[in-house]
Amino acid sequence: MSQLFSKKNKEVFATPLGLNNPVTVQVLGICSALAVTAKLEPAIVMGLSVTIITGFSNVIISLIRRTIPNRIRIIVQLVVVAALVTIVSEILKAFAYDVSVQLSVYIGLIITNCILMGRLEAFAMSNGPWESFLDGLGNGLGYAKILVIVAFFRELLGSGTLLGFRIIPQSVYDAGYINNGLMVMPPMALVIVACIIWWQRSRHKELQDK
Amino acid sequence: MKGLRNYLNKIKPNFEKGGRLHALHSFFDGMETFMFVPHTTSRTGTNIHDAIDSKRIMILVVIALLPALLFGMYNVGYQHFTHVAAFTQTPMTAGFWEMFFYGLLAVLPKIIVSYVVGLGIEFAVAQWKGEEIHEGILVTGILIPMIVPVDCPLWMLAIATAFSVIFAKEVFGGTGMNVFNVALVTRAFLFFAYPTKMSGESVWVSGDSIFGLGQTVDGMTAATSLGIASTAKAADAFPPFSWDMVTGLIPGSIGETSVIAILIGAVILLWTGVASWKTMLSVFVGGAVVAGLFNVSGIDTAMAHMPWYEHLCLGGFCFGAVFMATDPVTSARTETGKYIYGFLIGAMAIIIRVLNPGYPEGMMLAILLMNVFAPLIDYCVVQGNISRRMKRVSTQK
Repeated sequence: MSQLFSKKNKEVFATPLGLNNPVTVQVLGICSALAVTAKLEPAIVMGLSVTIITGFSNVIISLIRRTIPNRIRIIVQLVVVAALVTIVSEILKAFAYDVSVQLSVYIGLIITNCILMGRLEAFAMSNGPWESFLDGLGNGLGYAKILVIVAFFRELLGSGTLLGFRIIPQSVYDAGYINNGLMVMPPMALVIVACIIWWQRSRHKELQDK
Repeated sequence: MKGLRNYLNKIKPNFEKGGRLHALHSFFDGMETFMFVPHTTSRTGTNIHDAIDSKRIMILVVIALLPALLFGMYNVGYQHFTHVAAFTQTPMTAGFWEMFFYGLLAVLPKIIVSYVVGLGIEFAVAQWKGEEIHEGILVTGILIPMIVPVDCPLWMLAIATAFSVIFAKEVFGGTGMNVFNVALVTRAFLFFAYPTKMSGESVWVSGDSIFGLGQTVDGMTAATSLGIASTAKAADAFPPFSWDMVTGLIPGSIGETSVIAILIGAVILLWTGVASWKTMLSVFVGGAVVAGLFNVSGIDTAMAHMPWYEHLCLGGFCFGAVFMATDPVTSARTETGKYIYGFLIGAMAIIIRVLNPGYPEGMMLAILLMNVFAPLIDYCVVQGNISRRMKRVSTQK
């Protein structure tokens, strides 16, 4: 048991959440971070879906990594990811229809998410299933974390709500406050992601480019 | 003057390293170099310095902006009193000075807000990085209030100014390093974030009483001429050309309405050599050519039928051409490039006006768009020059 949660495995899980975050450090998965973060709810669902898919696709690929012919490995990875994406998409349609309508094509487009293919290629192809599972979960949660932060600011400043509940009271609007319409548009997500990167790099000297 | 210099010399040691007020040294430094040309020169490399430094150039631009600003203040009052009189159907009684003071009181808070926010960020960044204060905010701070409608709330102006000073200037490395015109980024931020306060029919004429001057009325609307033309149903329903469009007695952003006042500014800029006549002229040529093409194109909208000279007079076209397109930092720097850059700005502004009914005014977007392409234009011009000379060398062999 102690083997399962060794120091190395903890690191595999924890670094993508912080110092090797797929969004802010590797700058992957930006497209969907712009698209689904106008509201908090779809961002959380999107983050969880990606976490589940990265976790399980990493496990599956890691289990069959020795039998995949090297030349067609990308296709095999895609088949696995596509199967998982389809399952998640169907589950969302069945149990969270409204959110799946809001997310529209972006659930299907998880298949093209750079984080997924990156983790499969860089980690699952050369590590055991348990480590791969932790790595997949870590990266998925690292992605989800950034999505939730971005969506928090965009929904609060752009719509005055959080998860659909009104946060900014009506009296503030009566006093002349107006929601920032730019926050609802995708470019502002880029600015917020940039601010997170700025903050992270100014805190961690080792992330700064020479 | 001498007394001031002596006083500055006396308090200077306080701000130097180890002095009591060292924490405020960038503030002192900024104020000192603002009032007196610094007597230090670069220590390394070979440098050619002009007799006036960048702070003095900025002041020249501010002086060139003053006619448009003062006229804008008068126009704010004039529009208020005439529209209120028409709205309440009472005769207008206000005189020239009453109108001017009304406008002054309406515009002054905007100028103060943009300068305080802009300078505050500028000082903070300079202090934090241990650098000198950049002077760019001198011009930006006065441009920002001139390109917004009179009804734009102060808190919006503060947020937009802060956003653009930080994200359009400081993150790129400060004055002289920005890709986009900072004042226009402020306007673009306001335009996309708070469209109800930046466009439409109710923001261009103030309907409030200020310190007892003027009258508070609700529900008064006044569209700009471009706004009327963009929503017109019939192809000939654009407002007919009138001399008010030249003198500037029409609703619009505070500083942009008067062609004459902007022309005075243009003369000052050209005479002192601060702005390039090539950029300025080619913006007008580009706008005139494209608007003329639309006139004969047969497109059946009011915007396309509006005569080309009216297009050039209305909206922010003149203001953008004279004060924004010629910004030495964000415009093309090669001499041929200036023609291309200017022409495309004018052309793009008219294209946006005519072909996109969502944006009655295209000048802001056209200049921001061409800001992106300015380095590319310069690159092409320089490469063209190099290959032409290479050819000359190789044929001589």
